[in-house]
Amino acid sequence: AKLAPGRPSAYSTTDSPTPLRHVTSYNNYYEFGTDKEDPARTAHALRVRPWTLVIEGLVKQPKTLGIEDILKLAPLEERIYRLRCVEGWSMVIPWLGFPVASLLKLVEPLGSAKYVEFITAVQPETMPGVRSRVLDWPYVEGLRMDEAMHPLAIIAVGLYGDVLPNQNGAPLRLVVPWKYGFKSGKSIVRIRLTDTEPRTSWMKSAPREYGFYSNVNPEVDHPRWSQATERRIGEFAKRKTLMFNGYTEQVGQLYTGMDLRKQF
Amino acid sequence: MNPALIKPPLFLACLAPLAYYAWGAQADTLGANPIEAVTRGLGTWALNFLLITLTVTPLRKYSGWAWLGRLRRMLGLFVFFYAALHLSTYLWFDQFFDWPAIAKDILKRPFITVGMVSFALLVPLAATSNAFAIRKLGGRRWQELHRSVYLIGILTVLHYAWMVKADISKPLLYAVMLGVLLGLRVWWRVQERNRQLAGAYLPKPRGRIIPIAVKKQASSDGSA
Repeated sequence: AKLAPGRPSAYSTTDSPTPLRHVTSYNNYYEFGTDKEDPARTAHALRVRPWTLVIEGLVKQPKTLGIEDILKLAPLEERIYRLRCVEGWSMVIPWLGFPVASLLKLVEPLGSAKYVEFITAVQPETMPGVRSRVLDWPYVEGLRMDEAMHPLAIIAVGLYGDVLPNQNGAPLRLVVPWKYGFKSGKSIVRIRLTDTEPRTSWMKSAPREYGFYSNVNPEVDHPRWSQATERRIGEFAKRKTLMFNGYTEQVGQLYTGMDLRKQF
Repeated sequence: MNPALIKPPLFLACLAPLAYYAWGAQADTLGANPIEAVTRGLGTWALNFLLITLTVTPLRKYSGWAWLGRLRRMLGLFVFFYAALHLSTYLWFDQFFDWPAIAKDILKRPFITVGMVSFALLVPLAATSNAFAIRKLGGRRWQELHRSVYLIGILTVLHYAWMVKADISKPLLYAVMLGVLLGLRVWWRVQERNRQLAGAYLPKPRGRIIPIAVKKQASSDGSA
């Protein structure tokens, strides 16, 4: 189903987008299997209607929203973003969505809210992957409040002008382009504002390898592989990975004074 | 069964994985990240052939098909063949022959380190896979050298396990298969040891014992 055309955005990159067939056939969505070809094969079963999103925690107005209301919440924008996976590959994806901030403003965060926790769907009957204990389900991700409120952080509901395919995280998916891809939780059902740093699924799985911030950083290697370069899907030669995935100008100031080696 | 009959078709079958990846790369049927698919595929096949090679001896032993042993060298050389191709894809498509970066990678990344050690250990085995080397080394030393294939198997599975992000089910499956194949060898060794201790290899007395020693004993007794 087509969505209303998104308004072009100044935040879009001019890099040429990765072909749709690659964007929808090469996915990390462990609930649907750990091979990257698995989600495209199995995610069709995901029930995306009805879908409700709960926003709760340190907010003045906790809310439960139906997907239809969320789609009317804010005008959709097209955001063509680079996506850098922690595994060393990257894509360019034309997302359709709206800023996370417009969702959070709705519930009026309290001054004490410091972090935002994103909790994703668990449908054991449609998700073959959750039977195995590869990760601690539900998949949980998190951002600091100022990161979540940053205009680059969006909730995507579509890509390439269409409704978001299930394997890409339908119907609501976080997109944080300056962080490794796994920070962008898929099929979100609950957003919780907290005063303590959320323990994410990957931090629980391998705390030495995955930190809370997980900003794209060519100078801080994954303990088991280098992050200096990446292979853009569809390209033969490797590219140099850019600091904050090339979004330093926009997000660099969020991390002034932090030791990014320690807070990786 | 005549190994001369089975060797040519087996040789071609062993080339099938390479043909699959070569054709797939050319026809663009290897998915969004064909370079990764080729690199991993060739590595997986090196490990597959390692396990197949290690299966020859038990299969020969339990089936009684002695001719199976004559296929082992060729299968073993295919381990080296696929491992060398796998390494080449890493050096070329992954590192683009950036030797300082490669050296850093080998020293810093445990999964690369064990992969490299594993390949380095394969080289002498491939180099001595010929009748000349067996003659030159002598059967016993040749066999001792080639026992390093057990260590190579362990390192290769480790290389695989340390590469994956969270789901170690596939490396684990390989570990179990390798464990069975190596476990069999340990079991045979224990059995062999027990047989030797039980005197299985002492020369068997033939015919009737002529009781000279007994007589001598008796006579010396008598003189006392």
